[in-house]
Amino acid sequence: MKGWMGKSKALLLFTIITMFLAGCGKENLTALEPKGYGADKSMDLILLTTVIMIGVFLVVMLIYVIALIRFRKKKGQEDFIPKQVEGNHKLETIWTVIPILLVLIIAVPTVIATFDLADESQASEHINVEVTGNQYWWHFSYDGEEIVTSQDLYIPTGERVYLNMLSSDVIHSFWVPTIAGKMDVNPENVNTMFIEAHEEGVYWGKCAELCGPSHSLMDFKVIAVSPEEYDQWVSDMQNVDPEEVPADAVAQEGQELFEANSCMGCHAIGSSPAATGPNLTNFGDRSTVAGILEPTKENLVDWIMDPESIKPGNKMTGMYPSVSEEEANSIAEYLMQLKPSEITPESAGN
Amino acid sequence: MSIATTQKRGFGAVLWDYLTTVDHKKIGILYIIGGGFFFLLGGLEALLIRIQLIKPENDFISAGLYNEMITMHGTTMIFLAAMPILVGLMNYVMPLQIGARDVAFPFLNSLGFWLFFLGGILLNLSWFTGAPDAGWTNYAPLSVQSPGHGVDFYVMGLQLSGAGTLMGGINFIVTIVTMRAPGMTYMRMPLFSWTTLVTSILILFAFPALTVNLFLMMFDRMFGTAFFDIGLGGNSIIWQHLFWIFGHPEVYILILPAFGIFSEIIPTFAKKRLFGYTAMVFATFLIAFLGFMVWAHHMFTVGLGPVANSIFAVATMAIAVPTGIKIFNWLLTLWGGSITINSAMLWTLAFIPSFTIGGMTGVMLGSSVADYQYHDTYFVVAHFHYVIVGGVVFAILAAMHYWWPKMFGRILHEGMGKLAFWTFFIGFHLTFFIQHFLGLMGMPRRYWVFLENQGLDTGNLISTIGAFFMTFGVIVFLINIIYTAVKGEKAPADPWDARTLEWAIPSPPAHYNFKQLPLVRGLDPLWIEKTEGKGKMTPAEPVDEIHMPNGTILPFIMTLGFTIASYGFIYQVDHKGWLIAVYAGMAIALGCMLIRSLKDDHGYHITKEELEREAD
Amino acid sequence: MSHDHSLNPETMPEDPAKATMEGKHKFLGLWIFLGGETVLFACLFGTYLALRNSTAGGPSSQDLFGLELVFLMTLLLLTSSLTSVYAIYHMKNNNFKKMQLWFGITALLGLSFLGLEIYEFAHYITDYGFTFRSSAFGSAFYALVGFHGGHVVFGLSWLIAIMVRNAKRGLSLYNAPKYNTFGLYWHFIDVVWVFIFTVVYLMGMVG
Repeated sequence: MKGWMGKSKALLLFTIITMFLAGCGKENLTALEPKGYGADKSMDLILLTTVIMIGVFLVVMLIYVIALIRFRKKKGQEDFIPKQVEGNHKLETIWTVIPILLVLIIAVPTVIATFDLADESQASEHINVEVTGNQYWWHFSYDGEEIVTSQDLYIPTGERVYLNMLSSDVIHSFWVPTIAGKMDVNPENVNTMFIEAHEEGVYWGKCAELCGPSHSLMDFKVIAVSPEEYDQWVSDMQNVDPEEVPADAVAQEGQELFEANSCMGCHAIGSSPAATGPNLTNFGDRSTVAGILEPTKENLVDWIMDPESIKPGNKMTGMYPSVSEEEANSIAEYLMQLKPSEITPESAGN
Repeated sequence: MSIATTQKRGFGAVLWDYLTTVDHKKIGILYIIGGGFFFLLGGLEALLIRIQLIKPENDFISAGLYNEMITMHGTTMIFLAAMPILVGLMNYVMPLQIGARDVAFPFLNSLGFWLFFLGGILLNLSWFTGAPDAGWTNYAPLSVQSPGHGVDFYVMGLQLSGAGTLMGGINFIVTIVTMRAPGMTYMRMPLFSWTTLVTSILILFAFPALTVNLFLMMFDRMFGTAFFDIGLGGNSIIWQHLFWIFGHPEVYILILPAFGIFSEIIPTFAKKRLFGYTAMVFATFLIAFLGFMVWAHHMFTVGLGPVANSIFAVATMAIAVPTGIKIFNWLLTLWGGSITINSAMLWTLAFIPSFTIGGMTGVMLGSSVADYQYHDTYFVVAHFHYVIVGGVVFAILAAMHYWWPKMFGRILHEGMGKLAFWTFFIGFHLTFFIQHFLGLMGMPRRYWVFLENQGLDTGNLISTIGAFFMTFGVIVFLINIIYTAVKGEKAPADPWDARTLEWAIPSPPAHYNFKQLPLVRGLDPLWIEKTEGKGKMTPAEPVDEIHMPNGTILPFIMTLGFTIASYGFIYQVDHKGWLIAVYAGMAIALGCMLIRSLKDDHGYHITKEELEREAD
Repeated sequence: MSHDHSLNPETMPEDPAKATMEGKHKFLGLWIFLGGETVLFACLFGTYLALRNSTAGGPSSQDLFGLELVFLMTLLLLTSSLTSVYAIYHMKNNNFKKMQLWFGITALLGLSFLGLEIYEFAHYITDYGFTFRSSAFGSAFYALVGFHGGHVVFGLSWLIAIMVRNAKRGLSLYNAPKYNTFGLYWHFIDVVWVFIFTVVYLMGMVG
């Protein structure tokens, strides 16, 4: 066992070096530097299978290269006819049995991990979030907390958070590579998975099932904060007064425009559970505008003026009368001031 | 009737000849030309995809058009390029290898080709009004909700070409079971004929699932049924199950003939009989059998539960065992041989490491928990391009170099063959190797753009550069074809000192293939005669008149009818006036069927005198 | 080699349907085709089983199905299978007239089956408003039973076409395989119906 471990460590090193040569990708997006329970499990199997497969590949290449060097047709022996071998039972048995053993070595931990990640028996003891996938945004509703957010999912570190996922339209897939593998978000049945982040951070999430023209722009974030900060965030979010009138005049005008332009028809501020558009309660704290842009007022103005140019095929385009740049600016000012909590993506270390 | 007279005829006569032909060799060539045409189309689409992804947030093509591109690239390459070219090779080579004068159902053979070709044309007509955009897997409910007629074209086009493929499959099975030459027992059949048989069995059992699925989709989109309509109790996962019950065997439909091709080329150029022939046949069957048991490994993230995921994970890994057997048998065929390396062999030798990588990532993907990370990312894209390009496309190109002399009587130019190989081979690895890492670095597949600052720029740039190398390789290969047609070296009957029956007859063969059916004395019959006999096949019958089927235009007209009807089906949703096209098209098709079944067609006979005049 | 394919008692082979290469090809080809058809119906059965309870508030199988009608349909189709066996038996004895007669009875039984099926569908549509748009169950039901019905229609057209075509020409080595393959196809349709009877109707009435 120890010898095997030693060899596998050498191969592991080799693998890791190759991966570094190729670059591991962006921290908090890559699956190659896991920082969560599910991603760890996947990474263990990725490494195990990679090591075994590289071993097999080396054996194949060794035979291949030697055969090609030794048995090329030689000058002066053009008429040489090799011995016509039918086969060799011993060899054939060897290369049947060894792969079966290798497959078993991979299969056993795979099955164990599969059952481990599907374990929902403790779901009721943990935080549960209802996740709804929409073209092209994500809706998060915290069970029993009366908190609703969109695009940014806050979770405490070191704890399992169960996600009960359903789509409102087509199939999406919830994927936060650095902390967990993906799970499809189907329109007909609730799929449950759990995520658990080891360290604080803002983790990139992606939709991984083709869902229309803006499939590639359906990003979201999982913001892992310390349990204390998480509790703070929960209480801040619960104390939001959706009716609150902002202090400065521009924002006040924005609030009026927001209501007059029937933005409220789709976008809720506060913990209204159902919505046809993203919930904006903590918009000012969001890590992005529209899931992909830097969280600046300018970007928000651009988005309000012409969402189609940013996310083709989105459901907001054409839902409201066209707004002037000035009006958009006021609305943006109002929305950017919706900062109910001290706990923001910056708290998670970004 | 000889080749010389064929060449003297005008273009119209040649066109008419090919429209009406029921000769398996001509149909094979038609399949290769048709498939080649769609291969170029699909390749162009691939190049546009890669140009779009050359840099982050590129706007070379729009989001909607990009989704049409990826959908058409996948659909075209699988259904209209790879499979038809392989079917073309099977059509051309398999009857020659088993010593038959034609296939069992020449009429159906022609019908199958036209269904494939016009189905493919129908699908590509969608470019003028909006192509399908829900991915080649066309998952419901995205596909049901897809606006416009793109997905309707997908449904009708694939329904037609799928029907053609099914006919081809049945035809090959009957041909191999009933028409082998005297002495050609099953265990003396060349591996390519074996894989043709097993592939046909896969087609037979896999394609009906696609047929049903496409019908469900057609009715949901055109007639308001509720199979995938969640509001009325429908279930979109049914599409996924039926699609992959078809779709997974489909990848073996592609790769098994490729295995067959390599199992012909390696023994020829290593001058050594195929190592472990029996094990190879057995492994082929095992792969085919397991191929039906693993469809849900495409659905690990759907939420089928740990029991289903575990079963399908283990079954998937099990396929590595028979595939490994094949790889080692090829290696041991090389071992101890006297290896000639030319263009055909280069593609073959490149296949072994490339496909091994693809097979290994296949096992990695089979590990369900690891797949939660790989699924629907560029890792998967890399994996299936390693098996389909590194396996199937390499096999097709190897086969082109290998059988070109037999089909056209001229040898492809070696220098250009090697240039095409090296550029394509390097480009292939440049394009796809890096994609394994892109996937794990967080790039899902079917992404129109990737954002800046996500660490994905370099990888995508390398990948696009590779695509240009591949394009260059394909262009060189095309130039090679043109050059060879004009001034290529004339090929003798047996240019490679090969082993199987197709090399015992002239290049290209007479339309009746064998003047006298050969007597087969063992595996590699021609090799046996060359090393232990008089150097040529012993006839199993005296020269006698040969019964041949008549050519007919009916399959073409019938398919035209079906195509018109399909077009009508697509547009009757907008305007009921299009139902006229449906009725007219169906009337044409049914009329042709009626003529076919009511008009006696006994074929014709080539007399003994004619045969003796055409001395060999 | 004679090109005359018509039969007379002296030259008649044991099994005229399989005496020629073409005949053998057709027979084997149809068997193989039926293998594919089996998968086709298996997929439809699978779809039906997945959706049979998805009535979306519309009529359910218990509301709709009645045993008497379906039992009669089953009886008709099973009998038509038996009569086609008689017909093939007479073909092997080179008795063309009797073969045509029994195939005629087969066609009549098939047509009555079809008539009852059309009546059944019309009954569901007019009395219950149950169409293939009503619910996923409706779609799956009409898809499965309708596909089978479509096969019956195709089989009957095929049979009538060859019967009319050959009425005056008698049996030959050229047309015997056509009758024979039809017989095989007809048995297959029958077997599928037995499964539909069990899975759709009997299981549907139990609930």
